[in-house]
Amino acid sequence: MSAVVKIPTSLRGLTGGSSEVEVPAGRLGEVITNLTDTYPDLGERLLDEKGNLRRFVNVFVAEDDIRFLEGLETEVSSGQVVTILPAVAGG
Amino acid sequence: MSLSYQDLINEAKHEIPEIEPADLADLIGRVAIFDVRESDEYEQGAIATAKLLPRGLLEGAIDKHIDDPGEKIVVYCAGGARSALAAQTLTRMGYSNVSSLQGGFGRWKSDGHPWGLPEALSNDQRGRYSRHILLPEVGEEGQIRLLESKALIVGAGGLGSPAALYLAAAGVGTIGIVDFDVVDATNLQRQILHNLDRVGQSKVESARETLTALNPDVKIITYDERLSAENVLQIFSGYDVVVDGGDNFPTRYLVNDASVHLGIPVVHGSIFRFEGQVTVFEPYTGPCYRCQYPEPPPPELAPSCAEAGVLGVLPGVIGTLQAMEVLKILLGIGDTLSGRLLTYDGLSQEFRTLRIRRDPTCPACSDESHPPAIVEYDQFCTPAGVVARAG
Ligand SMILES: [Zn+2]
Repeated sequence: MSAVVKIPTSLRGLTGGSSEVEVPAGRLGEVITNLTDTYPDLGERLLDEKGNLRRFVNVFVAEDDIRFLEGLETEVSSGQVVTILPAVAGG
Repeated sequence: MSLSYQDLINEAKHEIPEIEPADLADLIGRVAIFDVRESDEYEQGAIATAKLLPRGLLEGAIDKHIDDPGEKIVVYCAGGARSALAAQTLTRMGYSNVSSLQGGFGRWKSDGHPWGLPEALSNDQRGRYSRHILLPEVGEEGQIRLLESKALIVGAGGLGSPAALYLAAAGVGTIGIVDFDVVDATNLQRQILHNLDRVGQSKVESARETLTALNPDVKIITYDERLSAENVLQIFSGYDVVVDGGDNFPTRYLVNDASVHLGIPVVHGSIFRFEGQVTVFEPYTGPCYRCQYPEPPPPELAPSCAEAGVLGVLPGVIGTLQAMEVLKILLGIGDTLSGRLLTYDGLSQEFRTLRIRRDPTCPACSDESHPPAIVEYDQFCTPAGVVARAG
């Protein structure tokens, strides 16, 4: 009963190079806690001091931005893909 | 019994209704009009709302122009003979409401009804753009539309290079390019507008040389300056679409705010190492860049291509997708990426489409009656929460 978190290139240095990480399904907040327990440096990059998602990081559950779902309360079901998408500016 | 040409015409005129020029003049805008003469006759003057469909092409192409066989159709030629035969054929094909203009274009003109010289392609252009013209979604009309369009490309770099090349090749008539930089040898791994002979030359001049050599139809307007709060509105004004191929966050927020201010769609592309993102920001109908990214990351978390590296072909993929969106916007065909973010991962060779939405609290686009004011960002970017708004 797990979900898959897709890690963008810019953050793979913090996940030992992994592009996908399997975590137990559940509330998005729990999914991210699970992820950052394993990769503590990633936590700092995704969350601010108060534990809120940083505004320059977008998180999608399946195809939808969690800001328009239930935020960190969004339910991530087994088999769903969570995409972390930071803004990139290169051109 | 054999029939003479005159017999055929008499028979056709007997079978199909003819319409008086004055009656057609009253129907303009509510009827599909086809000019069935040859293109050289059409180019000398035609009814303004008529489409050229020479008799030789009529039967094969009519269904691309008419969906409902019951729609009112008027055909005309020079004097009313060829169009009578054309109307007869269309009627036999099941088009039930076809008439032929009595006396043809000659009588239309002598009766004093309005006509004009149609926008038409030259023979060279018909050759150059023939693969576009063959597409029913483009055709000669669409190609003329492209030639009359104006696209502005921000950045003559990795993304701007393929975008500019394809837009110039496609015959987008006016292409503006903004870049203050000069060509450097390290650019050539991906910035395919430039070459070794141009190292040290301004990028916009190098772009002009390359694009003019590719397609002299295209007017290139160069802006050899850094985009800033002072010049952005003036530079953007008058363009139909902006291609964002910038390489830093301050420029991207500036491009966004100016395009929202002026109501110009932006085709956005951005890249990092092996990954890219493409979308279309359509002011006030879809999300804008600030809806998507309310705040830029701090500089230490957002290394540039110069710092982080980029696989050279990646901007080729993303910039080409941007060119595709530009042509769709200019032609009004297909579904653009407005409201959808296309992501590309070159290593896994995976495309994904994510839904993005307008943020009702967006500091730039939440209130159409108050477009954002244009403010300068330093390299650390003013936080989005304090974006100034015009009064
Ligand atoms: Zn917005």
